[in-house]
Amino acid sequence: MVPLSYYLVLSGILFACGVTGFLIKRNIISIFMSIELMLNGVNLSFVAFAAQWKALSGQVFVFFVMVVAAAEAAVGLAIIIAVYRTRETLNVDQVNLLKL
Amino acid sequence: MTSNLHLWLIPILPLIGASINGLLGKRFTRQVVSAIALSFCGAAFAMAVWISAQLSSLTLPHVETLAQWIRVSDFRADFAFNLDQLSLVMLLVVTGVGFLIHIYSIGYMWEEGGFYRFFAYLNLFMFFMLTLVLAANYLLMFIGWEGVGLASYLLIGFWFTKDSAASAGKKAFIVNRVGDFGFLIALFLMIKNFGSLDFSKVFASVASMPGNQDLLTSIGLLLMVGAAGKSAQIPLYVWLPDAMEGPTPVSALIHAATMVTAGVYMVSRSHVIFEHSTTALTVVAIIGTLTALFAATIGVCQTDIKKVLAYSTISQLGYMFMACGVAAFSAGIFHLMTHAFFKGLLFLAAGSVIHAVGGEQDMRRMGGLRNKIPVTFWTMTAATFAIAGFPPFAGFFSKDTILFKAANSPYGSWAYWAIGVFTAFLTSFYMFRLWFLTFFGQYRGEEPHGHGEHGHGGIHESPKVMLIPLVILAFLSIVGGWIGSERFDRFLAPTLHSSVTAVEAPSGESEGRAASELVFTSISVAAALCGFLLAWQLYHRRPELPQRIAHSVQGIYTTVLNKYYVDELYAAIFVKPLIDGSTKLLWHGIDRDIIDATLDSSAESAEHVSDTVRHMQSGNIRSYAGWISVGAAALVVYMVWTGGR
Repeated sequence: MVPLSYYLVLSGILFACGVTGFLIKRNIISIFMSIELMLNGVNLSFVAFAAQWKALSGQVFVFFVMVVAAAEAAVGLAIIIAVYRTRETLNVDQVNLLKL
Repeated sequence: MTSNLHLWLIPILPLIGASINGLLGKRFTRQVVSAIALSFCGAAFAMAVWISAQLSSLTLPHVETLAQWIRVSDFRADFAFNLDQLSLVMLLVVTGVGFLIHIYSIGYMWEEGGFYRFFAYLNLFMFFMLTLVLAANYLLMFIGWEGVGLASYLLIGFWFTKDSAASAGKKAFIVNRVGDFGFLIALFLMIKNFGSLDFSKVFASVASMPGNQDLLTSIGLLLMVGAAGKSAQIPLYVWLPDAMEGPTPVSALIHAATMVTAGVYMVSRSHVIFEHSTTALTVVAIIGTLTALFAATIGVCQTDIKKVLAYSTISQLGYMFMACGVAAFSAGIFHLMTHAFFKGLLFLAAGSVIHAVGGEQDMRRMGGLRNKIPVTFWTMTAATFAIAGFPPFAGFFSKDTILFKAANSPYGSWAYWAIGVFTAFLTSFYMFRLWFLTFFGQYRGEEPHGHGEHGHGGIHESPKVMLIPLVILAFLSIVGGWIGSERFDRFLAPTLHSSVTAVEAPSGESEGRAASELVFTSISVAAALCGFLLAWQLYHRRPELPQRIAHSVQGIYTTVLNKYYVDELYAAIFVKPLIDGSTKLLWHGIDRDIIDATLDSSAESAEHVSDTVRHMQSGNIRSYAGWISVGAAALVVYMVWTGGR
């Protein structure tokens, strides 16, 4: 059986990749994907712990996260398309109308 | 049980007039404004006359309570009005002279801006003054007392765009406040020790506890502080000469005839307290005597016609306090009454002179006016002879009574009498100096030509509306004293009666008394005559002489001319330290350097911190995310670090 720490390390790596991507990418879609990556990193640690402790609540949480992520993807992609239509760019640094 | 007299109407009537004119008068024509002011003031006068007409059917003192006011456990003070002989005299003087001056003011102020404002203030003054004289307790009296101070302030500063008038008003108000402070403490002492401020109760308590000398002395002295402030006695007289900045009818009404005599009225009203404290009486007498002399000497050198009259007022008030100080209260009130006639007249006539010569007040630029303004001249002559104390004018009777009492009362002394006679000589001298300078010799001013506040071309007599009050007052100045001090004394006796004054003058010596009275009378008339002759010699026969005398006693002359530098002294002792202390310590030191500085520096440091921190909030989402991840990482590190335990 694979030890828990392996899952956790992998989960940490996935999360760190997500954070890094979120911070350094300028394209909205890449940022969006980075967020998904972070969510999946978290999901991984949830299921790992659930398997370790033989408790179902972790898996239930994962389902919730997945549902939320799906909803987010739907709304987020719609926003991205709307932004692209109005601004003709996907560079977040140029989507700054609210900034003074 | 006498019928209800509705005493409250007397003060309220002028208040209604003041409210109408003050609130709506701006839209009225001058005719309407003066009609309102006159009718309400006249109604108060008519009521006073009506009341005195049915005097015989009244049981005095007659107290009417209008409404409850303050009830705190045992202490009670109501809106109660008190009518007795003393307040009746004051009532008639205030409403009568006040009414005449209202009439005069219509003519005098006709050309002025703020006509309605003037009459609103004048009626307001009448309201407070009548409250003062009719009050049945010290608290209501205090309301009137403060109110006349307010009206005086408003009227002195009537021409408030003129800097000197505005600051003269302030000076009067502030100096009066010093006196009022003494009065107030006296009231506190009365509440604490007698549990009441009603005249009747306070005097009853005083009479039943004659042993408590120290208490009565302190109450008496504190009351005297109040009286000295209101009635311009040493050391608080300095505001009155400056008060001449106000319009002349105001000087006549407030600063000669009525308000400044409130102190004398208050001391006479409180005579029971004073009679139980020899110390307080002596202080009153000394202050009165010194003020009479001091102000008279200053009056000798003044060149402004109104300033001479102002110092003369202070001096005459000194006489009244001298009378009160020797427990001859009725003589003081008698002089108060005659003084109201002749000094009111003097001021009104002076106003008429000023009006005639186009606003000039300096007597050195007058002269030879007697043929040009004959009515003013003759009325002023009557007043001058009255104040100088020539028989049979009013001032003679009252002043003579005071001087006689000063020497012969149980509290009297030859010193009071001697100073009083010398002051009578000075009074006569400076009044005839004014008379000669104004009306005799050659006209020394420029021809007035349609300019200024008063003038409209050429030296001219005032309109009839101003002359009628002059004539009436002149008549009163002549006959006002014929009532005789004896009869006046008997009339006031029920109010001013007391154990002390009853002791004097055993009836057996009446013949010797009459003889000695004749001696005293001749001496004071001789003093007045000397003053007249000296003034005649110096200012009529040889007008170059005063200059030479002034030169030969240069030092004394300049000192007196500068009013003994009292204003400068007060400025150095009180005003300057106060201003410096407020400026340097309170404003610069505490307000600016501590309070403001603390707030400013905390605001500044907040600004610095925000200035540094605001760079974090760039509006760049990814930088926020970076901060969040840094924070999260720091949290994780912290938890890993401590998580083991």
